[in-house]
Amino acid sequence: MKRATDIALPLLLGIALLGLWEWIVAVRQIPPYVLPAPSAILHAFIDNFASLMASLLATLKVTVEAFLAALIAGVATAILFSQSRLAERTLYPYAVILQVTPVVAIAPLILIWVGFDRINAALVLIAALVAFFPILSNTTLGLKSADFNLMELMRLYGASRWQILWRLQLPTAMPYLLGACRIAGGLALIGAVVAEFVAGSGTATGLAWRIIEAGNRLEIATMFAALGLLALLGVAIFAALSALEYWLLRRWHESALSRPL
Amino acid sequence: MSLLSLRGVGKRFATRHKDGGTLALSDLNFQIQEGEFVSLLGPSGCGKSTALRLIAGLIAPDSGEILWSGARPELAFVFQEATLMPWADALTNARLPLDLKKVPRASADSQAEAALARLGLKAFASAYPRELSGGMKMRVSIARALAAKPKLLLMDEPFAALDEITRAALNDDLLALAREDGITVIFVTHSVMESAYLSSRVLVMSPRPGRITADIPLSQGPHDRLSPDFAQAQAKVAAALMAAA
Repeated sequence: MKRATDIALPLLLGIALLGLWEWIVAVRQIPPYVLPAPSAILHAFIDNFASLMASLLATLKVTVEAFLAALIAGVATAILFSQSRLAERTLYPYAVILQVTPVVAIAPLILIWVGFDRINAALVLIAALVAFFPILSNTTLGLKSADFNLMELMRLYGASRWQILWRLQLPTAMPYLLGACRIAGGLALIGAVVAEFVAGSGTATGLAWRIIEAGNRLEIATMFAALGLLALLGVAIFAALSALEYWLLRRWHESALSRPL
Repeated sequence: MSLLSLRGVGKRFATRHKDGGTLALSDLNFQIQEGEFVSLLGPSGCGKSTALRLIAGLIAPDSGEILWSGARPELAFVFQEATLMPWADALTNARLPLDLKKVPRASADSQAEAALARLGLKAFASAYPRELSGGMKMRVSIARALAAKPKLLLMDEPFAALDEITRAALNDDLLALAREDGITVIFVTHSVMESAYLSSRVLVMSPRPGRITADIPLSQGPHDRLSPDFAQAQAKVAAALMAAA
């Protein structure tokens, strides 16, 4: 029952708003290059379906590759930090600098360095930089949160560093890492969009580029269609990572237990 | 035969003040014989847990020495909390010491299963810690300790957080298991009743700095909890504890 209203209520609101939008555009006779009606956006979507899907796929590919790169690099760096305080003290400030410097500002430099002939690698690198930090900082926190008594017990039974890492620290860090993944998934998409914007004409083929291109041609309906697809992609990434989190934690973690509030 | 002896063992913990830290233990001397069930009894903060952690080798003494007759035997440790891995089922938890020693999976599984069965948890091998009650979690924790096939079992107030009924049942089970396996047990507690029930010897400790103030030999349980003999044993231990404070 609760589940049904959870879906029905937002859906009804969306339909009502779209109806209102359609009605206002028709009554006030707003020109389509200012605000196209939902029906016009749907037309633009259907007319450009094949090319929009190709763009969606391009952006999705950059996002997924960037997310995986950030995941591997973030977890590897966090493991390094957990094994060596010296490495953590030396490198952590630079990780913070990387995080606080707006990626839009670094993006042009990266594009020049990596080169426009390897545009895909440049896009992935830019997006991965955006997604990297939450994975690093959350996983570092998680690896440090291991039950101290369990660690002593494992040492008593002669566990090696790697056994403690593998059997205690990594499982402890898992909920932290999965929480970070949900954030990083969204950030990777934002990073991919920023990268496409910066890369600009003649190189990128993703949804963000389609938005700029459609804007230049005053095809506002196509712009909206691409924007809608980007939002859907973001929601899909979030939902997929939430499902993964639930599936991995459902047997043991408090966050995945269903309890009446 | 003596299993281990502590000679003049002292331990100081650093504090934030520059007063040289807190003296947790000073000139601690005692011997443990093979097969004994020895309780370390004392008020909170008397250093009994510190003594246990020193024996386990988790921390090192600042002075004195801990001598083993021969090589240090196989140890197991049980904490006040069950200290289980929440992401692993009861069997995997009980198997931990064997996994760490890289015992082949099939053999480790059957040993851990047997240990769980001895604690009455045969049906709960695939249950996760959150699905178990406090008493059952502690049983898994003890099964894990027994799976290591220890010669010396160190227990740090293992039943302090449990209700009276669960505690009594676990006391009886622990006595039977330790006797079956011929395990030497050092058992930290602040319960007079528990120490009198379980122990073949009670070492009473006084705080700041921790030291032994009485060494009381007892006839080991299980006892009739309502018998005059048991009441007398408890009175003897309680008197020593009061004298120490």
